[in-house]
Amino acid sequence: MSRSTKKGPFVDEKLLKKILDAQKSGNKEVIKTWSRSSTVMPEMVGLTIGVYDGHRHIPIYLSENMVGHKLGEFAFTRTFRGHNTKVDI
Amino acid sequence: MARIAGVEIPDNKQVVYSLVYIYGIGKTLANKILDTAGIDKSKLVKDLKDNELVKIRSIIETDYAVEGDLRREIKSNVQRLIDINSYRGNRHRKGLPVRGQRTKTNSRTRRTGPRQTVAGKRRVGRK
Repeated sequence: MSRSTKKGPFVDEKLLKKILDAQKSGNKEVIKTWSRSSTVMPEMVGLTIGVYDGHRHIPIYLSENMVGHKLGEFAFTRTFRGHNTKVDI
Repeated sequence: MARIAGVEIPDNKQVVYSLVYIYGIGKTLANKILDTAGIDKSKLVKDLKDNELVKIRSIIETDYAVEGDLRREIKSNVQRLIDINSYRGNRHRKGLPVRGQRTKTNSRTRRTGPRQTVAGKRRVGRK
């Protein structure tokens, strides 16, 4: 079930504040965040955000197409390198 | 033979059920289309008047995306997810289930393609 439109999209308040500051000052430094559940807002386009994947902050450049998705969708939390290949004896 | 939305030529069936042969039109849409066109649903396609066919065609053309257009739309939606490197796009790229289903077992359709029935396989071992 999708979120009620009455509430509007969820963005972590501290993150939003940092983003607005960065947009105002034109500072394009990576903003670190743990808030994977924050929605990408139109104001964030053009910024690089370090999204935490449980291990590191992965820098994600936000483009127009990403608006409406959550930050966590772009920083994968699992690394899958494939199954063991059987060794011939 | 009636020709609606490109190449579809269902005939000898009731209109509702032959419209379903068009990619992107199911039972619900077929019913809706015929309701707006005001055509008897149980009429056979071959008995349709020319102006009724034109009506159906124009409704489908203006209101709904079917066949190639729909396929293109779906493809571009998936392509968008892939291009922005999202989790869902990644799942599409790998051909795995996109909506969080388990992959320990099942999800055969996504992983090996639609099932192909092998004729007479069940008979094997039987006299």
